[in-house]
Amino acid sequence: MDLKPGSRWKSAVCDTEVVVVRAVKEPAQLECGGHAMVAHNTEKPAGLSLAPEFAAGTQPGKRFADEVSGLEILCTKGGAGSLSIDGRAIGAKEAKKLPASD
Amino acid sequence: MHTTLLLDMAADAAPDRLALGRMADGVTFDEVRNRARGGAAWLGDMGGETVAFLGLNGPALAVAVFASGLLGKPFTPLNYRLPDADLNKLLARTAPSVVIIDEDMLGRLQPANGVTVVTRSAFEAACLDEANRSRELPEVDPDIGVLLFTSGTTGEPKAAVLRHRNLTSYVISTVEFLGSEEHEAALVSVPAYHIAGISAVLTGVYGGRRTVHLPAFTPEIWVDEAAAEQVTHAMVVPTMLGRILDVLEARGEHLPHLKALSYGGGRMPQPVIERALRVLPHVDFVNAYGLTETSSTIAVLGPDDHREAISSSDEAVRRRLGSVGRPLPTLEVEIRGAEGELLGPGQSGEIYVRGEQVSGEYLHKKAVQDDGWFATNDGGWIDDDGYLYVEGRLDDVIVRGGENISPGEIEDVLREHPQVADVAVLGLPDNEWGERVAAVVVTKDGQPSRDELGAWVKARLRSTKTPEVWAFRDALPYNETGKLLRRQLKTEMTAAPAAA
Repeated sequence: MDLKPGSRWKSAVCDTEVVVVRAVKEPAQLECGGHAMVAHNTEKPAGLSLAPEFAAGTQPGKRFADEVSGLEILCTKGGAGSLSIDGRAIGAKEAKKLPASD
Repeated sequence: MHTTLLLDMAADAAPDRLALGRMADGVTFDEVRNRARGGAAWLGDMGGETVAFLGLNGPALAVAVFASGLLGKPFTPLNYRLPDADLNKLLARTAPSVVIIDEDMLGRLQPANGVTVVTRSAFEAACLDEANRSRELPEVDPDIGVLLFTSGTTGEPKAAVLRHRNLTSYVISTVEFLGSEEHEAALVSVPAYHIAGISAVLTGVYGGRRTVHLPAFTPEIWVDEAAAEQVTHAMVVPTMLGRILDVLEARGEHLPHLKALSYGGGRMPQPVIERALRVLPHVDFVNAYGLTETSSTIAVLGPDDHREAISSSDEAVRRRLGSVGRPLPTLEVEIRGAEGELLGPGQSGEIYVRGEQVSGEYLHKKAVQDDGWFATNDGGWIDDDGYLYVEGRLDDVIVRGGENISPGEIEDVLREHPQVADVAVLGLPDNEWGERVAAVVVTKDGQPSRDELGAWVKARLRSTKTPEVWAFRDALPYNETGKLLRRQLKTEMTAAPAAA
């Protein structure tokens, strides 16, 4: 999968959608709910179900960063699954709140 | 990442929240998206590769920004305050394009090749038309989000290129998604063709904050609207703030709902911000420094910095009120000397910036270095604690006998004088020194003598920084976004120098 900045992906098993903010350094597989995510404009594969170990849920606006692959993504739509890269769970990036400037 | 995704996110997660307009009859995020889709379908039929906008600020601006984004066409707001000839020249540069224009500005346009003219009301009607809203839009791979003609206080305006990725990088790294509370509202009074007008559209949507537009600024209307709409957040330029404070004090109005006031776009005179902190003690003040070429803010002096500075007896801390705060954590700022060498704390040079929100690019001309650094053409320095001080445009630096003199420093000293209301310092051609220092002063409460003002500066700076030429005026020329028109003053002063 070509995880280039700006590319959009959706979960194969829930409503989660993400956009890539920073690309991966090495090829990697982005997953949600335990299954590879699919390109935003393609059909979801049939017959898959949410893996219980990847079912913590996602919220829109949360940013995720994976130090190993360098990938950074922004969740644009929440869902029941949780995110992983090559089977490795990735956590939300701590948001640094700034004072409103415009 | 595409700017329209910011709207999609807000419209999906908070469809019924008010996005634009007044409490009584505002428009929801879902409706903004529907209007943008309707407007995009309709504009798409008009052809052109750019969507230009010539009109006052208002909900249609925000809708037009997203409609252009949906079409993958750069949105190009034009400065309606330009003389007709200059305005028509800029419009011609947008071709092939479609321009959305306020009805009462139609008479100013000359027909131009490749420019389709549509009125704002026709656009607004198209946005509401169900036939347009339900149409399938073509898939686009958008690149340039906004083309913004720089304010052009000097020379021919350049078209700064802001790509979708620059703009979204700025938004998602500085704003928390739907981080605003539902009752919050921002009052936007900067014009559409200013970078702050564009970034306010994007950050307002992503933060989930209702935006109330003020089509044209007067301090009275600003205060009326802020009070009536229970405005919690606003951004003003320095010249606006002083006038707003006058109205507040005259009326005894305290704007109890106002939580945060940010300012930027020009140098804030220290007496004005000190007064603002006194008049509005419950308000969080934020000084934001940024450029068009950096997708808006790159450094902020936050509310705590303001409070700490105003109440400190330590000169180094107090001085921070005159700084623009610290750079955003998502980008890098350096000060470099004339040879490009890196300078240390306290050393004055040119401000350089690098980061994803930095476009540093004009149409047909890349101004960013290969390693990503952008030279801002602003002079400045950073103190030991990382606070950035902006000294003004490097073009404005006065070179007197080989010494670089920053006008801002002398202006700051003169503003502290009780009889100085406003002042501009600039260099005039001089046969002996190359340039000599001139001051144009607006006085209040009587007129101090030249000698008195000269002694005031000399006692606080040094003799080479003491103006040799003095002129007195009723007002100084500013453009509408608060930038002093220094070059205009310089031309006038060179043509008719005042008595020394």
